[in-house]
Amino acid sequence: MCLATLEVFWTVIEVMMDVCNWDGTVSAKDFRIGALSFAQKWESLNSAFPPWSWVPCPKHSWLASHEEEGYLSLENICISRPNEEDIDQNSQTDPGEEETSCSEKEDDIDDATLVQSNHHELHYCDFHVVYSYTFRVPVLYLRAYCSDGRPLLLDEIEKELPACSSKELPETKWAFITQEEHPYLKRPWYKLHPCGTSEFMKLLFLGGDTAQPKLEVVLELYLLSWFSAVGQVVGLTIPCKMLNDR
Amino acid sequence: MRKALQKRMEAQKYVWEGAIPLQIHLHESQVTTLPPPPPALILAPRIGYLPLLVPLIKPHFRSTLPPGVDTIWFEYRGLPLKWYIPTGVLFDLLCAEPERPWNITVHFRGYPGNVLIPCDGEDSVKWSFINSLKEAAYIINGNCKNVMNMSQSDQLELWHSVMNGNLEAYLRVSSKLKLATIEDEYTSLCSSKSQQGSGETDFTGQVKTGRVPVRLYVWGLSEDFDDLEDISQVDSWEKISYVNRPVEIHKEGKCFTLHDAMKNLLPEFFSDESLSDSKLAGVDFEDVQKIPSEDVSSNKVVEDRGQNAYEHREACYISSSAEIKLIRIQGIEPKLEIPFSWLVNNLLNPDHFLHICVCVKVPQ
Repeated sequence: MCLATLEVFWTVIEVMMDVCNWDGTVSAKDFRIGALSFAQKWESLNSAFPPWSWVPCPKHSWLASHEEEGYLSLENICISRPNEEDIDQNSQTDPGEEETSCSEKEDDIDDATLVQSNHHELHYCDFHVVYSYTFRVPVLYLRAYCSDGRPLLLDEIEKELPACSSKELPETKWAFITQEEHPYLKRPWYKLHPCGTSEFMKLLFLGGDTAQPKLEVVLELYLLSWFSAVGQVVGLTIPCKMLNDR
Repeated sequence: MRKALQKRMEAQKYVWEGAIPLQIHLHESQVTTLPPPPPALILAPRIGYLPLLVPLIKPHFRSTLPPGVDTIWFEYRGLPLKWYIPTGVLFDLLCAEPERPWNITVHFRGYPGNVLIPCDGEDSVKWSFINSLKEAAYIINGNCKNVMNMSQSDQLELWHSVMNGNLEAYLRVSSKLKLATIEDEYTSLCSSKSQQGSGETDFTGQVKTGRVPVRLYVWGLSEDFDDLEDISQVDSWEKISYVNRPVEIHKEGKCFTLHDAMKNLLPEFFSDESLSDSKLAGVDFEDVQKIPSEDVSSNKVVEDRGQNAYEHREACYISSSAEIKLIRIQGIEPKLEIPFSWLVNNLLNPDHFLHICVCVKVPQ
């Protein structure tokens, strides 16, 4: 398994002159198309990663419609870090593998671990990628809870996903977490603030003086790239195969 | 032009002075004394937020509250009220037939955290307000730098002006933000007809595009009704769609009306038939005492505009018999022909959003 990191993108892509007039945003339609193909491709890879799914959602919850709206969903991801004891006793990972992916932890923790851990309560997280009409970019919403369903507070979440905490991201205005109402589910969720998304998306796609990507290609890759960058904040990764085909 | 600005300030002043009389009852589960305390009577600013009234409410009930930590929330007939929605909007949305005073219930315990985002008093409301302002700035200018770069003292002054309903202070600080207003089409249209010829107004009819911050609250009903009183209560937020989308304006000479804006936001409720059966009742001045009648009357606009050609767009509609029954902005029910720019320039909330409540009847 390899990780697609924000650092990799920054080293590979040199920020040159702004040739493309693209402002780093996408339309709702492009988001939907990109999201659907993202979900399909992920699932088709049959990877060990749990699949993202597209959840259609009507604009008006009380009115059936041609469902053109929706969001990407990844749920029940265990975000708890195993105790040190548990790792030694039950570790099934190769020494060479990195243990930073959420789903890898899920594979490693078996029943024996659960029984032997000292009331180590497991925490889970749901992730939704929702389109923002205001900022015209995807926005990550997340919600964390215990195995008994009790919702986690932000400081509890930050313990499991330290990249989320404001201490780790003092300079990045684009990546802080606030509690807001989920646009479709109308419940309190945590949202990764989208303010600077369009700026960094634009930067991601500025290439060198050879082969400026066509705008259609850019839009297709948009969600993938967005995900690579934003996913880092909450420890989500993409299988390499998703990227290699490009 | 100066006269138009004066008129605009006047309209904004009425909006800022608009208030909802509230009769606030303490929830019975928290009443520990006999006889139970009388309800608190409070005049709540339309442009304000319910948690800001707590300093007025709490002393009233202090002696009867059970001991412990207070987590204050409000409810109307069982529906927890979202504290980040301005009071006037909640009233327009949830009271189809305006109820005066508006009887709501206050709770000091049992915060419904699965429905409502936590509120820690004034700070939470301030944060929510500034956040909305940033969003509005992003929509209008393409970035929120102006709001993010506000000095601490400016930010405080702006917030206090909202809390205290001080329009002059608000305009003084907010003008620094350079949030462009859209060209007031009504004024341009009127001036072009006038004989003043001062050259101050120039209706060139150039193409203008822009995004306008709008928050739309759509209440869907499947029952038919003659009177607003007959409508059944909103008992769940599931029945209300919150559409937080900017309106894209493409002005090409002809006036962009409220109708155009509604088609933009809710194309699913507009078939491509002509508009004649979708007209609403006339202007209704509920909480605004007086509006300069000559400016608000839309008749003049219709007259002046001549060709009344509505676009027959191919809308993706669910059912052609879906009907918009009611549109309310700041307690007013404007005619569909009113220039959208007038609404934006006069009826905005301090967060720079136009909050629109819509009631739609859909077939079963």
